[in-house]
Amino acid sequence: MLDNLKILYHQGKQFIPNVQTAKVPGIFRGRPIISSEKVNEVELVEICPTNAITANPLAIDLGKCTFCGECAKCFPNKIQFTTDYKLATNLRENLIVKEGDQNAIQINQDKIRNEIKNFFGNSLKLRQVCAGGDNSCEWELNAANNVQFDMGRFGIEFVASPRHADGIVITGPITENMAEPLQICYDAIPNPKIIVLASTDAISGGIFENSPAVDRSFLNKYPIDLYLPGNPVHPLTIINGLLGLTKR
Amino acid sequence: MNYTIIHNNQTIDIATIPQLEYDVFFDLNSNFILDHSERHCVNYFGYKVENDIKLICCIADDDTHEIFVSSCLVNNTNDYHSFSAKLLCFEKFEREIHENFGIKYLNHPWLKPVRYAFNRFDKTKTIANYPFFSIDSEELHEVGVGPIHAGIIEPGHFRFICNGEQILHLEIQLGYQHRGIEDLFLKKKKLLQRSTLAENIAGDTTVGHTTAFANITESLCGFQKPREIEFGRTIALELERIAVHTGDLSGICTDIAYQLGSSVFGRLRTPIINFLQEWCGNRLGKGLIRPGVNQFPFTPELAKRIIEILDSFEHDFVEMNKELFKLPSALSRFERTGVVSKEDILNIGAVGMVARMNYLNRDIRVSHPNSIYSELNHEPIIKHHGDVYSRVQIRRQEVIQSIKHIRKLVENVPEISKEKVGLGKPKTNSFTISLVEGWRGEICHCAITDSNGELVIYKIKDPSFHNWLALALAVRNNEISDFPINNKSFNLSYCGHDL
Ligand code: SF4
Repeated sequence: MLDNLKILYHQGKQFIPNVQTAKVPGIFRGRPIISSEKVNEVELVEICPTNAITANPLAIDLGKCTFCGECAKCFPNKIQFTTDYKLATNLRENLIVKEGDQNAIQINQDKIRNEIKNFFGNSLKLRQVCAGGDNSCEWELNAANNVQFDMGRFGIEFVASPRHADGIVITGPITENMAEPLQICYDAIPNPKIIVLASTDAISGGIFENSPAVDRSFLNKYPIDLYLPGNPVHPLTIINGLLGLTKR
Repeated sequence: MNYTIIHNNQTIDIATIPQLEYDVFFDLNSNFILDHSERHCVNYFGYKVENDIKLICCIADDDTHEIFVSSCLVNNTNDYHSFSAKLLCFEKFEREIHENFGIKYLNHPWLKPVRYAFNRFDKTKTIANYPFFSIDSEELHEVGVGPIHAGIIEPGHFRFICNGEQILHLEIQLGYQHRGIEDLFLKKKKLLQRSTLAENIAGDTTVGHTTAFANITESLCGFQKPREIEFGRTIALELERIAVHTGDLSGICTDIAYQLGSSVFGRLRTPIINFLQEWCGNRLGKGLIRPGVNQFPFTPELAKRIIEILDSFEHDFVEMNKELFKLPSALSRFERTGVVSKEDILNIGAVGMVARMNYLNRDIRVSHPNSIYSELNHEPIIKHHGDVYSRVQIRRQEVIQSIKHIRKLVENVPEISKEKVGLGKPKTNSFTISLVEGWRGEICHCAITDSNGELVIYKIKDPSFHNWLALALAVRNNEISDFPINNKSFNLSYCGHDL
């Protein structure tokens, strides 16, 4: 008993008091800023491994970006990654950061489905389905629940059965072999069947976009309620995104 | 000689690999392994050469630090004797060759699909109708779990045959995570795309797999690595080991309902992965390792930082472990749970931690050292019971050992050279193999180039490819309620297996 208390004492306070203002340590590649400097855009576009960069005007699609940082390394005056981890949005087009954009990425409150807006303020239960995720996004989703990020304090939890869930968090590019299990799981969830896509692979397919082993037809059938970009998505992006969606 | 000898990360002309008749090939490779516990098959795969399939078999010898490579041409009109009938460690490899190319084996014990690859030979076989082993019996019942599991984990299906609470048999069906990675390595031509793919093989082993990819690419291009690159990779590999082992200890505590251990180990992982972020901007080390460049040099400031972090980490880690290992309620769940015998470990060709939990000294850091491991005088941690207890103990001790390695390494942080040397072009008609000891065990990548230096095949083997069978054997005669702790104590990769 005494030993346990000693261990507890040695741990000190571990939780992050304010997940909305917390700073991430060291370098972190969050929301990019693109300057108006003239560069060889063809060359810049060519660098990107996932075709996330488009020219005229120059823009980065955070739904495709793997946050490898190569573009910023080669064109440091043109592209800079800030440590802003609030990358979540409910609109796919908001993930496209254009030249000169300085503003934070927003969750458009008017576009949140009414069934979601008014009900999940204090409790949100989610089912996670990994459909080809590489276990990094799964690892970060788990981390969002650890004693430091402690997402549970907001009443947001991952549950063991789709029957207990309000929605689904999908990771991975959705492999052909997981397409059916994903559909079965989705069908088992009661309304309003919130869909959250976590990490680049889920949002756009990422590096697997055109792989013949991937089947993303599921995503064409239903509205997507939240996009959580990252490679993998950072726990603070997850928590702020889910809080933004359920409006607190 | 009917085989060629190479070393880890060596590139050779593909023509120097002798091509044998199947019978000779069969005898040669099975005799390599039969009664030689210091040898095992690190990779055995096929690829299309016109209308035939060329098989390449790589047997590593841990004592001599050599790899024996031989090849053979087969086709799908003939029938072949299976290696597996003689040596179980070839079981998965032959199933894969059968699944991909339709090569027929006469006496394979268990010729079932491995991962339902999109380009498999027989498309009529689908993942929904996997041929599970079953028993007709009034007394026994079957329990199916997955593909989607209760927690936040990757998908896979487990089919148990139980007698009451007792597991008689477990069959593990994988393939749900198949993303066609090996094929994408050929299609995506940019180096950065391939590096990104390597990072995605198994995100929890980002450092391990990107190191294997970087090493193989550099070897193919004849790039001479400066010490700083090797140094960074070695540190990163050991950090990854510390982070995941610590996280696993947390998971294991969760599975025995020990909340304190679960929270403390869970939070201890954070400073380690946050250090990776400080170093390279990503908590899992994505972006850190790239062929031919030192993307994020390890500076003396970082060295100071990691020592600070490790100092406070080690204190809490040791304290928590002391407590955990004197708890009777924890020990009674660990000891004699999920035992895999020494013979089975050897027969199935287990690698990494799973080999080391029961006498088998298999560790690439010693047997085929890459990077600067040869300077570390690494001594593998070996356990002798093959149970959950052994697997937990290995993690505990390997974390401490990795800390020691890092402390030693950062005493001498190499200078960062200013001059940039280009990677160069890949050699033509070549074969390269790269072995890396990731935290799970041995990672093996192989690459073959054509007459233009383009990749003909990129073959990836995660340690889980060997070790999943060990989990299936471990749970036999255990209570089904002990499955979670068994599973966690192995913590094998689904995506690394399914590719
Ligand atoms: S950081 Fe994103 S946009 Fe830039 S090169 Fe990498 S993937 Fe492309």
